[in-house]
Amino acid sequence: MKPPAFDYARPATLPEAFAALLGTEGAMALGGGQSLLPMLGLRVAAPSLLVDLARLPGLREVTETAARIRIGAGVTHAAIEDGVVADPSRGMLRRVAAGIAYRAVRNFGTIGGAVALADPAADWPACLLALDAVAIIAGPDGERRLPLEALLLGAYTTALEAGEILLGFDVPRLGAASRWGWCKLARKQGAYADSIGAVVLPGDGAPPRIVLGATTSRPALLPHAAAALARGEAGATLRDALLGDIEAAEPDADSYRRRCHLATVQRAIAQATSA
Amino acid sequence: MTRINLTLNGRAQHREVEPRQTLADFLRDGCDLTGTHLGCEHGACGACTVLIDGLPARSCIHLAVRADGCDVRSIEGLRDDPLTVLLRRHFHEAHALQCGYCTPGMLVTARDILRRFPAPDEATIRRELAGQICRCTGYVGIVEAIRRAGAELANQPS
Repeated sequence: MKPPAFDYARPATLPEAFAALLGTEGAMALGGGQSLLPMLGLRVAAPSLLVDLARLPGLREVTETAARIRIGAGVTHAAIEDGVVADPSRGMLRRVAAGIAYRAVRNFGTIGGAVALADPAADWPACLLALDAVAIIAGPDGERRLPLEALLLGAYTTALEAGEILLGFDVPRLGAASRWGWCKLARKQGAYADSIGAVVLPGDGAPPRIVLGATTSRPALLPHAAAALARGEAGATLRDALLGDIEAAEPDADSYRRRCHLATVQRAIAQATSA
Repeated sequence: MTRINLTLNGRAQHREVEPRQTLADFLRDGCDLTGTHLGCEHGACGACTVLIDGLPARSCIHLAVRADGCDVRSIEGLRDDPLTVLLRRHFHEAHALQCGYCTPGMLVTARDILRRFPAPDEATIRRELAGQICRCTGYVGIVEAIRRAGAELANQPS
């Protein structure tokens, strides 16, 4: 369980970071390292160069406007858990953060690192997708914005191009009439999820967003269930819509996993719609 | 090799490390601080937990090069820390260790629990200890020791 040999660079500016990532075959970006270091020890990752993003300026910043809050990619789970950064989600981000791994991991693991890795069982991709967040991405040619739906392509696969770095996420502010639900099924506190249900009811006329996370691929929006919920459906009609969406999100799921997925999403909906 | 400058258990250190070296191996092999124990070496068991800039960290999944400029405290550096002294007494009295392998990480984490949760109840302690594995399964004593230490702290005049 020792990492293989690699070179190490700690750029002080974004242009230096782009150059380091693009200038070396096999270079990888290092965020909080709480997933990458185990992967190095297990030898499932073997970078030639680690480009440490920890000291880049601005990645830990949180900025607010009337409509949204931008959370820097380098903000740690613990900072969100403790409420030391502004929360656009009326408690959802804090709740999700507190359930990620263990405190010693949350002290260093970052929201941007978790999304960039795109582990299918990770919490942030599902949560940010439910919140309709937009990723801010910087590269040698400038910045671009990508909704989470377009950023997350599959298991451990994102739309980030070589040399690009996640700067942060624009998360829309939820209004006073909004509701959310979050249900994570894991074998023990802090373990990776077996299934995640995430629901956001924006309450401002925008349609509900229902997300199934911890599939074998990327987290998925459940469109038929969301439409059914928007029509005020419940019971068997909503359940049938959920089962169809779950089948589409993870076609290979066995009956046990289908039941897990149905349970987490139903519980998240119940949370979001309860009085 | 990369040069790092850090404060380790209160003393300035200037060292050369390989980028691939973990903080845990740096502490144990480079600094002879073998109180930091290695169990799983992939961040799952918590035995190697130390403090980096005051925050609990798993030293097996931190690179030593990233400790450059940081204040690192291992279990050896907590010998006279008042909270650790209190916890050590309650670990002793509640029989909160058998083989002792997980104990350094348990103490560092228990200290953090008491700093974040005044007089934590059993449910809180168990939730917060979920990342610390005791393969002797001595959790009843460990949880009780932390609960008693928290209760004693809460009863002390501040």
